[in-house]
Amino acid sequence: CGRQPGSIVGVHVHCYPNLCPYLFFFHRQEIMKWNGWGYSDSRFFFNKKGQAEFTGRRYRLSGLIIPGLKDWFESTFGASLQHKTPATVSPILNSSAVQPPTLNEAFVEELKSTGIPLSHDAEDRVFRAHGHCLHEIFALREGKFGRVPDMVVWPNCHNDVVKIVELACKHNVCLIPYGGGTSVSSALECPPEETRSIVSLDTSQMNRILWIDEKNLTAHVEAGIVGQDLERLLNESGYCTGHEPDSMEFSSLGGWVATRASGMKKNVYGNIEDLVVHVKMVTPQGVIEKSCQGPRMSTGPDVHHFIMGSEGTLGVVTEVTMKIRPMPEYQKYGSVVFPNFEQGVACLREVARQRCAPASIRLMDNEQFKFGHALKPQVSSIFTSFLDGLKKFYITKFKGFDPNRLCVATLLFEGDREKVLQHEKQVYDIAAKFGGLAAGEDNGQRGYMLTFVIAYLRDLGMDYYVIGESFETSVPWDRVLDICRNVKARIIRECKDKGVQFSPLSTCRVTQTYDAGACVYFYFAFNYRGLSDPVHVYEQVEHAAREEILANGGSLSHHHGVGKLRKEWMRDTISKVGMGMLKSVKDYVDPNNIFGNRNLL
Amino acid sequence: MASEAVYTHRDPMLKKRDDFEDILEERRNSSDLRYALRCYIPVLYKELTPCKASELKSMVLQSDQLRYVINQVCKETGMAADEVQAEAAAILEEMAHRLQLSTIRFFAFTLSKVFKTLFRSICVNEEGIQRLQQAIHEHPVVLLPSHRSYMDFLLMSYILYTYDLALPVIAAGMDFMAMKFVGEMLRMSGAFFIRRSFGGDKLYWAVFSEYVKTMLKNGFAPVEFFLEGTRSRTCKSLTPKLGLLNIVMDPFLKGEVFDVSLVPVSISYERILEEALYARELLGVPKPKESTSGLFKARKVLSEDYGSIHVYFGQPVSVRSLAQNRVDRCQFNLIPRHIPRKPGEDIHSFVNDSAYRLVRAQEENMVLKPWVLLASLLLQNHHQMQVAEQKQEMALDELTEQAVWLRDLSRQYGAFLHWPDHVSPSEAVSSSLSLHRGLVRISEGRVQLAFEQGGQTRPGEPCSTVTPEEELLNQAVIILSCASYRNQALHIFLRPALLASAIHTASSSNKQEVYNSFSFLRNMFSNEFILCPGATVQDFEEACYLLVKTGALQINQQEFVVTERGHRTLGFLTRMLDPFLQGYQVVCRFLCEDATEGLTEKQFVPAVRKFIIRHILTGRLRYTEVLSSDLQKNSLAALLRLGAVQKLKGGEEQGTLKVNKVMVNSLEDTLGGKLPTQKAVVARL
Repeated sequence: CGRQPGSIVGVHVHCYPNLCPYLFFFHRQEIMKWNGWGYSDSRFFFNKKGQAEFTGRRYRLSGLIIPGLKDWFESTFGASLQHKTPATVSPILNSSAVQPPTLNEAFVEELKSTGIPLSHDAEDRVFRAHGHCLHEIFALREGKFGRVPDMVVWPNCHNDVVKIVELACKHNVCLIPYGGGTSVSSALECPPEETRSIVSLDTSQMNRILWIDEKNLTAHVEAGIVGQDLERLLNESGYCTGHEPDSMEFSSLGGWVATRASGMKKNVYGNIEDLVVHVKMVTPQGVIEKSCQGPRMSTGPDVHHFIMGSEGTLGVVTEVTMKIRPMPEYQKYGSVVFPNFEQGVACLREVARQRCAPASIRLMDNEQFKFGHALKPQVSSIFTSFLDGLKKFYITKFKGFDPNRLCVATLLFEGDREKVLQHEKQVYDIAAKFGGLAAGEDNGQRGYMLTFVIAYLRDLGMDYYVIGESFETSVPWDRVLDICRNVKARIIRECKDKGVQFSPLSTCRVTQTYDAGACVYFYFAFNYRGLSDPVHVYEQVEHAAREEILANGGSLSHHHGVGKLRKEWMRDTISKVGMGMLKSVKDYVDPNNIFGNRNLL
Repeated sequence: MASEAVYTHRDPMLKKRDDFEDILEERRNSSDLRYALRCYIPVLYKELTPCKASELKSMVLQSDQLRYVINQVCKETGMAADEVQAEAAAILEEMAHRLQLSTIRFFAFTLSKVFKTLFRSICVNEEGIQRLQQAIHEHPVVLLPSHRSYMDFLLMSYILYTYDLALPVIAAGMDFMAMKFVGEMLRMSGAFFIRRSFGGDKLYWAVFSEYVKTMLKNGFAPVEFFLEGTRSRTCKSLTPKLGLLNIVMDPFLKGEVFDVSLVPVSISYERILEEALYARELLGVPKPKESTSGLFKARKVLSEDYGSIHVYFGQPVSVRSLAQNRVDRCQFNLIPRHIPRKPGEDIHSFVNDSAYRLVRAQEENMVLKPWVLLASLLLQNHHQMQVAEQKQEMALDELTEQAVWLRDLSRQYGAFLHWPDHVSPSEAVSSSLSLHRGLVRISEGRVQLAFEQGGQTRPGEPCSTVTPEEELLNQAVIILSCASYRNQALHIFLRPALLASAIHTASSSNKQEVYNSFSFLRNMFSNEFILCPGATVQDFEEACYLLVKTGALQINQQEFVVTERGHRTLGFLTRMLDPFLQGYQVVCRFLCEDATEGLTEKQFVPAVRKFIIRHILTGRLRYTEVLSSDLQKNSLAALLRLGAVQKLKGGEEQGTLKVNKVMVNSLEDTLGGKLPTQKAVVARL
């Protein structure tokens, strides 16, 4: 599931607190918000002086004051600190508002006899009833709960899952696998029309690395492991997977497989489909897995591709063999400022053409550049800010860059030192041809920081009438500029048409480069004061934006997946025959729709 | 038919239109020189990256699209790439404008002088100008003026300069370029020249379309062209041409720009400079080749009072909203966008519908002067008297009374009528007549058309040294000139008139019967008038609505009943359409009776003209205006479209017309109301 919010640089930027033992993850809500993003102790707020602060100790930004945020926030959205919209329910969930569970007694009895932990506590159920779409969080803040799972089970291993699925089939119970809960496609929403008992299958206890094979550089891992744990544990042995979706603090290996996740450093390590060597999935028809771990096979269509992207509709991924790499010897951030977005895109395109993309290269548009600026924490040293000022002067005045047009690319290089430096030079040389100006490591690093705080920022916005979301697509190179311009303009136009009183934030960035195209992210937020049904307006605008994406040659999704949110476009996306293929697989594997989350099809 | 019952009619009288300002007024009170030299800082497109005209050319020559086509041409012809490249550059050189402000200033000065002598006023709706300015800032803009005179595009640039708006680049026909000096002047004022036909020339098309698109996409300047393709000699709007509209819509459809604004502009002349020229041209005196001296001569000859001009800048139309729910833009996802492709059926019909909508938008904002109504009445009267074999004149009082009646009717139909309400109707009528004293004559309180020979001639009666045929043609010049004014009001009355004629010809007053008849006529005349394809039901409902609203018609249980006072309205309306009905019938008769084997399309007009002259002179046909080659060509086009006539292709018979006499005959009879409109015929048509 990789939505962009979340820790990006999990491993590199923020220092881990003493990580909770796995036991804690039984009841994640004890350390995580149930109606917002991330850890309970980490959040933005405006202090008495009206300055923004980020609480907690987990992130680099934690405990710091961000002086520029208030002005940016107020001027961008026309918002005011006087107009608050705090969550209408207390931070403690009110269990009585949750529907009582519909239990399948026979199933529960048999399951209890297996000894697998289960719960029908309201908090446990509500926590697993949603992902992080705007409408989901908005409803929670208002204390509204729709259909929630009736029960949660925590299998401890593959065999536990086999037992649960068998029992579910036997008693006709609906199963919804739950990994990290970072979905942004309404994939975790319980279908309201589901009349059977819904059981949330929480994979969080299946979080062990079962073995590491140093000869083949693979690791066999249980699918419930969360990204940051996987990296940390591998790091202890000197390895990494290099798979770092922006949600890696919370998202799980099984979730990555089920949604075809993409990691920030895919240029070096590949996306999930490149990393997976072997998958085990439990389905109503039994367990599917390949018989060997050959690196490539010509054995008909790759059955892994039925599993990857199946979004929990076919079964539960329990164990995965993944490629691992020795930890990189050296890492270096960097950034380049371009006079305008067009030049920036041209540069990325050239980098892709020469196939010399660094581990990560991202291009932010002017709005995001300004946003990044607003997120600068207060610095104690006058000297630093003086230098900053000089740099700004140099970029905006000296070189003739227009501060309202320039944009910035952030870079992350990885590998052995020598090669990194060489690589860095190559990329900066290309950038120079497009008018790009190296703008230092700090700017690069801060750029990556933007990614993981943005989800926390959404919660702050929601305290002050501002709602927003991000969504992504992939698009051929020749369409990148057009799609960025048109989708941003469409968002602005739709907001206006739908009666939004304030001009919205409509911004984008190019986050991944490929040989034949790029991944583009859009961020969109607006001040909803004066609107009676802001979520509906929001959804209409997002819908229009997606239509615009498709009309401009963009894909339905690059890595967020389809879930239920984007289902309506599936037929047009993969053709009627394509739908038939997927349906027939579903019909064979799960004829009784035990995995009944109704995603995708 | 009932399925569209939800179609709701907005009362046309509620149409809101902007007020006008006279821009000549200031010119009469302040220095033209200072005006020509004043500071000019137009609002530009917000995403404009400024570039010079020369940079534009290299952008075009280096574009992916052109490179692709050059490559293709090389492969097909075996020519070397640089040869083809050079050819492309030459085409571009021939085509490209060299817009420069100094030329515009020159024109601003001279045109101020010229306009002040020719016209009483040039009235512009300033709100439209403000909307245009906004549109230019937001999106690439396409200006779509109506085309009635050579004046049009100089006038447009003049107005835009006056209001500090971005100067347009204008697609002009190559024939202008032949005028040595003027051609270059026009080029420097923003005109770019395109050949009239370049059918299969791939390279030419590629250079041309890329040139236009490049200017549009970059927001270099508003692109201006005439939807009608050429000046309308009849003052009826012409069936829109789709080529350029296709080109300017393409960048939106392919996602290269967020939107394109199309701005219909209605230019109404109280008196058209080319009035008599057009009539002669329609009668077969060939159009003089555009030459510089000719233009000057024309100006000298015509340096008299031409009344006023009204220029109405319509509501910008967003291509995006036109395409909403109409066009699936995903169809461009699977082939690189620079590879030229013939537009698919859906795109074609979308562009066609849009074109009709835009032309109707032009029509809607055309300002009508009282004379337009007077011309309609005088023509009808002329014909009625002729039939009754009475003196073809009319008492001024009666004309005034009828004009007032027609004024009120046309207003109810939503006409944009500029009737001077501050003076008495008789004064309004007199002053209108006096402006057109070349066409009408008043003596002793009676009005008649100003035929040179004076008095009336009965067909067949020789008169002094002039042959009857020459006399007829002389009269026809006056009649066609008047008709061109009447035609300006046609779009107001067209739909009700089709209904009135349908009621007239239908075998019963049953609604379905009348609808069939309406549908037949509408289909028959869809080359003649602007009738949006596929909108038969809407048009029918609109016509019913207007006639019922004005109390001319009642609908009782699927039966049409013409009311007492409705007879006058319906009579007027049927008479309006009658010349066309008769004209089409004559053409049919010609094809059945007189067309020789092997008649070609080229020979058609002279042959049918001869046939018609004979008919008029022998008194078998009364409508002189049927001599208009426009009507003849349109009726042939309709017959070709309906398959009653076929045009052979290829070989020696290239262009030969093959007539299906049975079908043509039956069409003629149906038009004449002798045959009922059979359902089958309607369905097939």
